[in-house]
Amino acid sequence: MAGLLEVAGLEAFYGQTQALFGIDLELEVGSVTTILGANGAGKTTTLRAISGLVRTRGRIRFDGRRTERLSPETIARLGIAHVPDGRGTFLRLSVAENLRLGAYQRRDPAGIRADLERLESYFPVLAERRRQQAGTLSGGEQQMLAIARALMLRPRLLLLDEPSFGLAPLVIREIFRILGQINREDRVSMLLVEQNAELALALADRAYLLETGRIVRAEPAAELGADAAIRRAYLGY
Amino acid sequence: MDLFLQQFLSGVAIGGVYALVALAVVMIYQASDHFNFAQGEMAMFSTYVAWWLIAAGWPYWAAFFATLAISFVGGVALERIVIRPVEQAPVLNQVVVFIGLLVIFNALAGWLFDYTIKPFPSPFPEQPLFGNRYIGSHELGVIALTLVLLVLVFAFLRLTPTGLAMRAAAENPTSARLVGIRVGWMLALGWGLAAAIGAVAGMMIAPIVFLEPNMMIGTLLYGFAGALLGGLDSPAGAVLGGILVGIAENLLGTYVVGPELKLTLALVLIVLVLLLRPNGLFGRRIVRHV
Repeated sequence: MAGLLEVAGLEAFYGQTQALFGIDLELEVGSVTTILGANGAGKTTTLRAISGLVRTRGRIRFDGRRTERLSPETIARLGIAHVPDGRGTFLRLSVAENLRLGAYQRRDPAGIRADLERLESYFPVLAERRRQQAGTLSGGEQQMLAIARALMLRPRLLLLDEPSFGLAPLVIREIFRILGQINREDRVSMLLVEQNAELALALADRAYLLETGRIVRAEPAAELGADAAIRRAYLGY
Repeated sequence: MDLFLQQFLSGVAIGGVYALVALAVVMIYQASDHFNFAQGEMAMFSTYVAWWLIAAGWPYWAAFFATLAISFVGGVALERIVIRPVEQAPVLNQVVVFIGLLVIFNALAGWLFDYTIKPFPSPFPEQPLFGNRYIGSHELGVIALTLVLLVLVFAFLRLTPTGLAMRAAAENPTSARLVGIRVGWMLALGWGLAAAIGAVAGMMIAPIVFLEPNMMIGTLLYGFAGALLGGLDSPAGAVLGGILVGIAENLLGTYVVGPELKLTLALVLIVLVLLLRPNGLFGRRIVRHV
């Protein structure tokens, strides 16, 4: 398998404050990689750095192309979709408008229509609420909308920032089931940041453990999940 | 009764001009949370451009559309060159920039075209249309032009991908960038459209108040009042607010306070709206589930 995303020596800054201290990360085509870690470890910052939303030093290579100097809109156009922290829904726009915006930079109307139909089959509730203002959706529905919007970009890499945040267990399980299906059937690679380590490790092929802006473990997900110390610290059993 | 009807209709017409100013203010406000105090002076300057073209022998409508194009390009350039560097600055700095622009455009117009009052032509016939006694052709034309412009702006915002992208960029710039929208250019586009809409307002009010560097000050106040009344994030509300302000100004000016105190009404209205209904009549409170 070929490397889709390679991150080397990545540092990130908010003003004077350094949040990442030299992250190395590799993601293969078609794989799901997860980044685990406590609050404030730098998980969200890592995703934001890949999307070009924070000031960084170091190297980011996506599909063989250096991206660390590019703007977020250019990076999106290269095929990286980001479901951000807090979902980033356009609350005042309708569900249909949110989805159309996901495909903003595409120029293939037939493909866009086909993708819309497919995503509405994954998330039937979005089809039911097509004309509704997105702000009126429940948290779970908004998360589905955020994921669907990101997939409308037809990305090769999907960045997911805590898709389970604030949702009921049943809804979380449904969302992760669909993410797995999308990864298998559409071969969308994913980089997943999660608090819910158990779910994340079940979905992922490879896992990184982040502590205060540094990678401390990088292993196949199954191995990390089997580690007793990890289980105590992050899985709670 | 005749006087009432006349005043009412001319209120609708002048309200149409306020509505255009309000619409221009709202275009920029909803895109960037900026209240553009220089909007009136930009419109005044555009009107001078039209006057200059007409004086150079251009036919009215050619000058009209050329002015729209020049204003649009000027608005885009202004955002890129002047506003963009202070985008991240504290709000007070931005206010100072807007006031600076106001003063610059005012002085520039006086310097280039001098301060003498100039007549500005109306494109509409002098005789009232259809022989009616209640409303002049220019006033009727202003109403019609306002409606046409409104429909165009709405069609653009609601029906085109670029309009959708503009609304998205206004609501959530980060999310907009993450789907590939060039947010900076959307802001510039908003400034360009606002400048062009303002130019129409200027060219429509100039035949009524005559062209001089301070001609938009009153109109801008009424336009602000209209925008606030309608709700700063609602283009439709801004237009309705502008028209309501025009009607109120004319009727109250005729029957209650007299023409000298008319402008005070705008200020009273601004204070009342801010006190009683800060979101305006149509400003949306966003429904939010977490």
